[in-house]
Amino acid sequence: MSRDIYVVVEHREGLVEDISFVGLAAARAMAEGIGGEVVAVVLGDGRLIEGLAADRAIVVEDPALSEYNPEAYVAALEAILADELPRALLAGDTSVGAEVAGLLSARLDLPLVNRCVGVRAEGETLGFTAQICGGKILVDGLLPEPTVLVTVVPGGFAVEEGKSETAPSAQTGPRPTLDELRVRVRGHIEPDVGDVDISRESVLIGVGRGIQQEDTVELADELAGALGGAVCASRPVVDQGWLPTSRLVGKSGRRVKPSVYLALGISGAPEHVEGMADSGLIVAVNTDPTAPIYDVAQYGIEMDINDLLPTLLERVQEAKG
Amino acid sequence: MTSTNVLDYPLDSGQFFASVSERKDGHRIRVCQQCGVCSGICPFRNAMDFPPQRMIAALRADLLDEVLGVDTVWMCVSCHACAAVCPAEIPIAGGLMTRVKEELVLAGEVPTELQEALESSQRYGNPLGQSPRKRADWIKGLEDDVTLLPKERRPVDVLWYVGDYGSYHARVTQTSRALVGVLKALDVDIGILGPNEISDGDSQRLAGERGLFETLAEQNGRAFAKHEFGEILTADPHAFNAIRNEYPALGIDYPVRHHTQYLADRLDDLRGLFVDPIDARVAYHDPCFLGRVNGIYEEPREVLRSIPGVELIEMAHNRENTLCCGGGGGGMWLDGFQWEKSHMRLSDLRVKEAVDAGAEVLAVACPYELPRFEDSTKTVEGAEGLLVRDLAELVAESMGAVP
Amino acid sequence: MKIAVVMKLVPDLVEELEIDEEKARLDTTWLRLVANEPDEHALEQALLLKEQLDAEVIVLGMDGDGMDDLLVTAAAKGADRIIKLTGADGDTLNNHAVARLLEPAIRELGADLVMTGVQAHDDLDGAVGPLLAGLLGWPCVSYVSGVVLEGAGCDVRKEFPGGLVVEMEVDLPAVLGIQSAPQPPRYVAVSRVRQVMKTTEVEEHPVGAVDDRGAAEVQALRRPSVGERASMLEGDEREAADQLVAILQKAGVL
Repeated sequence: MSRDIYVVVEHREGLVEDISFVGLAAARAMAEGIGGEVVAVVLGDGRLIEGLAADRAIVVEDPALSEYNPEAYVAALEAILADELPRALLAGDTSVGAEVAGLLSARLDLPLVNRCVGVRAEGETLGFTAQICGGKILVDGLLPEPTVLVTVVPGGFAVEEGKSETAPSAQTGPRPTLDELRVRVRGHIEPDVGDVDISRESVLIGVGRGIQQEDTVELADELAGALGGAVCASRPVVDQGWLPTSRLVGKSGRRVKPSVYLALGISGAPEHVEGMADSGLIVAVNTDPTAPIYDVAQYGIEMDINDLLPTLLERVQEAKG
Repeated sequence: MTSTNVLDYPLDSGQFFASVSERKDGHRIRVCQQCGVCSGICPFRNAMDFPPQRMIAALRADLLDEVLGVDTVWMCVSCHACAAVCPAEIPIAGGLMTRVKEELVLAGEVPTELQEALESSQRYGNPLGQSPRKRADWIKGLEDDVTLLPKERRPVDVLWYVGDYGSYHARVTQTSRALVGVLKALDVDIGILGPNEISDGDSQRLAGERGLFETLAEQNGRAFAKHEFGEILTADPHAFNAIRNEYPALGIDYPVRHHTQYLADRLDDLRGLFVDPIDARVAYHDPCFLGRVNGIYEEPREVLRSIPGVELIEMAHNRENTLCCGGGGGGMWLDGFQWEKSHMRLSDLRVKEAVDAGAEVLAVACPYELPRFEDSTKTVEGAEGLLVRDLAELVAESMGAVP
Repeated sequence: MKIAVVMKLVPDLVEELEIDEEKARLDTTWLRLVANEPDEHALEQALLLKEQLDAEVIVLGMDGDGMDDLLVTAAAKGADRIIKLTGADGDTLNNHAVARLLEPAIRELGADLVMTGVQAHDDLDGAVGPLLAGLLGWPCVSYVSGVVLEGAGCDVRKEFPGGLVVEMEVDLPAVLGIQSAPQPPRYVAVSRVRQVMKTTEVEEHPVGAVDDRGAAEVQALRRPSVGERASMLEGDEREAADQLVAILQKAGVL
């Protein structure tokens, strides 16, 4: 058993997912505390080690790993863990990490701690903080020894801390037989070209009466595009015909739970709040400092949205580079 | 409850007709002469595949499958305008339309919005999906004026059934609080059931969920039975209708008054308590379930007239011709559906009429109407200055009794 | 074709969650349990498959508070058999223990396909689906939003963040973690549930010894500290925009 912390690097279409940088940042905090190394595990495409803040990388390349396949991933990780068991193996709490970690936990009889938002080293011991009940409860505990599987959620560590100017040194990992898989990837399905399903978006820009003019919807749509989300609305905007009913959030519309909800010019009537209060992070922009939307939002900006939006769009586009 | 075994779905047209006949006055459906006044007066007739007259014709032609094959019966807001004009006195809204909804509910064919409200009613005892623990949160600061019966067991004169919206809805709880002020000034000994109160279920019943209505009613019945009180008071015409007309058949039988009746009966005491005039032209909107269904038209008007300064005016549609706010029969939980099918909001029509009548205040007496009409004042031209107030709020304001 | 659907109850987040005095678990005095929503989608997906082909839908859950109601509701929606695993306190078991108890039961049933919700909000030691699949040695795909059964396999749509959907072919037997069914879970009328309650029996399946290894040692539960109202970002539009961009970056959407 080593003191190293492994991180499964999740990637799609040639890009490393942000959650893996979060994982690398968490791994760094753990490794520094117990005197181990951060090891990035990259399956499928060795070129992706560039820019990972890790001490070294284990790379396995195989045509069966070029795209995520749960069975191939688990087989490859099992082979790597058969060489040496680290102190911990981290993955994102995502549609990749969560199923890989669960399968490995059962197959290798390794303990699993889900949805960690924080980790800490106390001497030789590693502690964790996990989110349960939709983030309403935090659990503090100790990571089981000698080896544990961990899934991480965003919030505790900044993406930037998992990035580096350079690439870690790479070693090639064991290559398991991957020719008789019971799960086979058949292809991608492009997102529906019809109207978006706002209940499935992870970023939503909500617009309300406060936008005052139809042109603002277009600006908000541009902002949503830049953030990889969609525009939705409260009742008055839909009634004006500025957005279709499919975009309506609230009592008479859809119930949404994106990870980020920007409420622009929405006062926060109960009919609307009912539909979006469960969102992860809520930021509200409204001219009325007593607007009830500020009761559910974590951050607020007391301002006319038409004053803020052009500048905000510009800054977001700059930040994207 | 009918004797129909719910697992025997689907029925044929004949069995369906028979099941309608089992409802109160339901047998009258056989004497329909197809005059069509019901369809003519239906506010959503243009958005329905089978407005009442066509529906009866279709059932007579053994086309039950076609009637059940479309979803537009959900446009029926149980406003009872059809039943009120029917020369054959057929219980169209409460009997026929509701029976069709019941079949759709049994088949699981429920619009998503409505399904959420029904599931919340099952799970939390209110269609808003709020925590039952918080049902009495609205009395914060008024604890000395309202007895919370589960906490303090004692006989009271009046058991106040507050209702779902009066307990939870941010706007309607203001009416509840105003009514506390009024009742306190009148020195009424009132108690509420708080977390032991549950949805009256009447709108769920008219949305076709009869089993749910019975479950909710039985639970309210058990809660009522635990306490000693003289009568039930409610500011919700739907609860009033349920307790007055539907609960007795389930063995839950108590005298009940709507707050407009109660205040009208105490008019002599009220007059002495008014201090501030309300100088405004006030139009009174007759709630469907207070007016058309229960025949209470004059009491609310008497109360309004007694408020100093109030000039009571009438809108074009009043009393038995009142317009519906669109919230009944499940409509309260079908706003998106109604809009999709009709691109029209019934509450807009009413607010427009109030503006046309020159009203400065639209007085209401039902918790569904406050949020619906207030929402419409934001979009209807000329309605920016129109105030929507429950009658209890106006009384409290004139008495200087708003808590 | 036998489809087993595994369902469980979770604390209802509508209620304020309270923590007991030892800070070790949620206070159960006011705790309300509801069916785990993704499990309801798993059931809906199974019922849709049943309607399309000749499948038998068997719903399983651990005995505990509210499980009978959950199972009867599933039967009222159309499940053919409802089974509760008895002999272990289902309210306190972790998912590793549940998966170990389910494994022999699933084998005994001869299920071709197991479907369960992709996750539950109280899955501190991982979701049941992958744990169960790992024990059974069956293939597993989770975050699934659509299932088509064909011959000896099935085609599933697996969702990734950002709207990307990948179609995968899975050999049976298999375990699927369902994110959402093609349509919202169906409504079941109260009168139908009442009727089914009278006519349908909940089968009991006794389980063996509990083995709950695999979870972390919990020291304490606590509530995150949150402000009463939003914290306001000050300054002109440039300053406010910069602060907002930083917040969005921290949230991982930029």
